Amino acid sequence: MGLKAPHSMGTTIIGVTYNGGVVLGADSRTSTGMYIANRASDKITQLTDNVYICRSGSAANSQIVSDHVRYFLHQHTTQLGQPATVKVAANLVRLISYNNKNMLETGLIVGGWDKYEGGKIYAIPLGGTIIEQPFAIGGSGSSYLYGFFDQAWKEKMTKDEAEQLVGKAVSLAMARDGASGGVVRTVIINSDGVIRNFYPGDGLPLWHEELESHNSLLDILNASGPEPMNI
Amino acid sequence: MATTMVKEVGSEPAQLLGPESASERTLYPYVTGTSVVALKYKDGILMAADMGASYGSTLRYKSVERMKSIGKHSLLGASGEISDFQEILHYLDELILYDNMWDDGNSLGPKEVHSYLTRVMYNRRNKFNPLWNSLVLGGVKNGQKYLGMVSMIGVNFEDNHVATGFGNHLARPILRDEWHENLSFEDGVKLLEKCMRVLLYRDRSAVNKLQIAKITEEGVTISQPYALKTFWGFSAFQNPTVGAEGSW
Repeated sequence: MGLKAPHSMGTTIIGVTYNGGVVLGADSRTSTGMYIANRASDKITQLTDNVYICRSGSAANSQIVSDHVRYFLHQHTTQLGQPATVKVAANLVRLISYNNKNMLETGLIVGGWDKYEGGKIYAIPLGGTIIEQPFAIGGSGSSYLYGFFDQAWKEKMTKDEAEQLVGKAVSLAMARDGASGGVVRTVIINSDGVIRNFYPGDGLPLWHEELESHNSLLDILNASGPEPMNI
Repeated sequence: MATTMVKEVGSEPAQLLGPESASERTLYPYVTGTSVVALKYKDGILMAADMGASYGSTLRYKSVERMKSIGKHSLLGASGEISDFQEILHYLDELILYDNMWDDGNSLGPKEVHSYLTRVMYNRRNKFNPLWNSLVLGGVKNGQKYLGMVSMIGVNFEDNHVATGFGNHLARPILRDEWHENLSFEDGVKLLEKCMRVLLYRDRSAVNKLQIAKITEEGVTISQPYALKTFWGFSAFQNPTVGAEGSW
């Protein structure tokens, strides 16, 4: 049919609405080919006090788009006299993504809280389509999460349920996607403000074929006396 | 006469490069909608489209409205790149706004909107930067029913029944056989559903969540999203490869 299959993008990014706000989540791996250039990146970037953006794809492209939107939103907030809405922020991102679609390779999730609509999530994939959703997933790691979210997503979750879901999902994606890894960062945005959380890799739940971590084999050997080694 | 110009890619804050941008061409679509099917019936137009938007082979978004009402008299359905469809809706918003601002009691009918879209699509095609969509435009004005189609290269025509994408191959033969003048609303809906069910069976990018829209002299109504039942009870489906293991 002449359609080029979408280019796979490093990262797992997630945005989820809950009863009162949104939770954004992402992994922390930035890769250059097979090398991990930054193992603790922050892919959840601030646009305004109440709107954040999850970045995936080209690091350079997503950074420049965020910088431009932050600049224009700042002007907009000054002129408007009150905080920008999530919808306006998302549409600014869409404008840049759409009008430069030939040059950009970045998939973005905009999430935030404003007094008119409450918590909202907007997905802006390659090409510059804008889609408002109760939850959104993006990046190469998201391939492994479609089935998971189809099953695990429920409406009207609490803040803690939403954050648990995001943490679990990013962790599952990191287990299977080579381009995702490191730590899980979450950002919770609601009427009270913004809370950033950090879940280091060794604090996340273990999945299939993953093992408890130890400082050394010696600890295992010394733990319960001499025992036959399992090979 | 306020001529509505197609927005050039030079408007702040959208353009990142300077005035001399590299030659622009849309090379391929990313997020795409599949078939739209429409037919004329007794009181106006019926149009159907599913709510899916695919990302390559992934059925990524399943609640996308691919039919939107335009002004008082028209309905636009689109397949192809969704971001380009959203941009077309912006252009049409502006077109309708300027039309309303004349405040002269006249309003753009489906024929005029179809003509405008044809010009937009053809001019973009001439610049090698097409809007990657196939559009179906239907409407009723002053008792006259109108149903037209525009493709991404600017090919446009009017007919009693139209379809885009896979619909051209799977739905139009059905419509050619079974469409007739003065279909009732019920018969029209059943005919569209027959087409949409076949598309569900045979189009990989189809999604079982669709809407049917109706335009009459009174106005535009788009149904709630719903799903169609499918039939799998053929005995031939039970053990198709008995006696020929490995075949399909």
